Amino acid sequence: MTAYLGDVAALARKDLRLELRARDTLPAMALFVVATLVVFHFALPGGASEDAAYGLLWVALVFTALLGLGRAWTPESEAGALDGLVLATSDRSAIWLGKALATLAFLLAAEVVALPAFALFFAPLDGPALLGVLLASVGICAVGSLVSAMAAAARGREVLLPLLFLPLAIPLVVGGVGSSISPEPGAYLAFLGLYDAVFAILSWAAFEYVVTE
Amino acid sequence: MSITRPSLSALAALAVALAAASVLMIFFIAPEDADQGLSQKIFYVHVPIALTAYGCFGLGAWKALRLLLTRGERYDLESYTGIHQGTIFGALTLVTGSIWAKASWGVWWTWSSNQLVLFLVLFLFYCAYFMLRFSIEPGPQRERISAVYALFGVALIPVSFFAIRLASDFIHPTVFTRAGPQMTGSMFAAFCTSWAAITLLAYVMYRTELAGKRTDVNLRELREALAR
Amino acid sequence: MAEPIVRAAGLEKRYGLRPVLRDVSFELEPGGALVVTGPNGAGKSTLLRLIGGLAAPSRGSLEIRTERRKVGFLGHEPLVYRELTALENLDLYGRLYRVPERRERIGMLLERFGLWEARHQRISSYSRGMTQRLALCRALLHEPDLVVLDEPHSSLDDEGLTLLDAELGTLAAAGKTLVVATHDPGRVASLATAHIDLERA
Repeated sequence: MTAYLGDVAALARKDLRLELRARDTLPAMALFVVATLVVFHFALPGGASEDAAYGLLWVALVFTALLGLGRAWTPESEAGALDGLVLATSDRSAIWLGKALATLAFLLAAEVVALPAFALFFAPLDGPALLGVLLASVGICAVGSLVSAMAAAARGREVLLPLLFLPLAIPLVVGGVGSSISPEPGAYLAFLGLYDAVFAILSWAAFEYVVTE
Repeated sequence: MSITRPSLSALAALAVALAAASVLMIFFIAPEDADQGLSQKIFYVHVPIALTAYGCFGLGAWKALRLLLTRGERYDLESYTGIHQGTIFGALTLVTGSIWAKASWGVWWTWSSNQLVLFLVLFLFYCAYFMLRFSIEPGPQRERISAVYALFGVALIPVSFFAIRLASDFIHPTVFTRAGPQMTGSMFAAFCTSWAAITLLAYVMYRTELAGKRTDVNLRELREALAR
Repeated sequence: MAEPIVRAAGLEKRYGLRPVLRDVSFELEPGGALVVTGPNGAGKSTLLRLIGGLAAPSRGSLEIRTERRKVGFLGHEPLVYRELTALENLDLYGRLYRVPERRERIGMLLERFGLWEARHQRISSYSRGMTQRLALCRALLHEPDLVVLDEPHSSLDDEGLTLLDAELGTLAAAGKTLVVATHDPGRVASLATAHIDLERA
């Protein structure tokens, strides 16, 4: 078990190190989400309710996540490194877990920029809303990392990834928006937890089959 | 074909007979609904189609699981055909649901029908299945990735259902309510006949499509062998 | 003869309907060296991927009597991260393979293949020859019993070729099993105990 976690840590560290060197994905995500929020200001008609703004926050988060997920497996495809990892790891699911954790770190970092911007431009965010963002981010990265690996094996992967990801993201958006606007966010937060559990386990178990023959 | 296993044409004939019987029952035996009148009859077609779609997606996922666990060659086509049939019936669910909505409430679409919204989400999901499948080169990787995606689909069904329930609770408060029909005996009989007819029809379509796809594959293999 | 370490019978590999390998059979005893030759597109790389454990045969049987992680594989691509340094790449693989005394082993390999001075440079700055040498280090890092090399001589300069030939000799002398696909069978003729010549399927 510790060896497995050690593998996961080494793999996640590798992704963090690569991003710190290239510094392209994270700034792009942060800039993208702020730009999107500004666009939303102009897109929302004058009399729109505050609740509508929360809806748009989640649209912004989902599409920012897509930006990061689209590039998640690029280092592995450059020189065939994915094959190397498949050969070297004792349990291939560690590859998925390491990638999901690193992607989560990037998404959370983008949210550190996005959430204050949202609170500044539109409406305040309370505890349940923030918890909702955290839980949904876990789900996004769990499912997204797997689906992104599928798309990486296909032609036209930039176009394919959103098609694969968005239907799976719909429940997350429901949970997130609900936890932001409902006076009883408990049900929505519990639902997000359920989604995370179900799809994280599914992704963890299925990854092996996506990357091997 | 062994003697005990009914032939496809026999099953097709039976499906047609059941369909005819159900049409008779729907229009002449089942009572007309007090509120919705004649348009309520669509229920006898719409719900079985929806149930059949779920069944096909489930079949596709089951075959997908078999593929991943046993690597059997036949499961890929079987899973694909199941998903394909499910998508067809899913589209029909949306169409019949839309017709029913128009007849009942005067609108072609409503977000308050949880079932309809669920099918919309699933329809998007399974359309993406085909885009995924046909963007990957044929081979074992395509089979496995398609299988994993099919499994994600059946996990998505209940999760989306809950999500949509939660959404309609608070985010989109229900404008139209429709109590589930309390079915009398004759209604229930008509429903079951229709359900049997549609399920059998789906099975016949599944077997036919699968046979067609297998023939395609065999034909191409023969061509390859001859070309050498 | 000892139990063969690799046994293939009627191996067939196809992608969809496109056959790449057809009816390949051989046995390779431990400590032997199999040389695979054939024109481009004959399936040499596919056969090596099958032996290396990166692909599964469509038909036929392939028995490999050694653990998956005791196989070393050098493919057409170096299987490294371009924006990491040589040291960082090998350190990652060393951890994943659970190489004992990782630092020493990495240092020794880098030195043996003349990359010690360049160990802190990113692979994106390496020449093709240097990248190939690094890929060899990666393939040999975990002291595999079965070493599968797909055209290892390509991209190497004279110095690299000398180093590689020396390494192959050392491996053979140490009783390791080798599988080498090459366009230049003469180079490995002295080591070879078996030979397969593939035709286009």
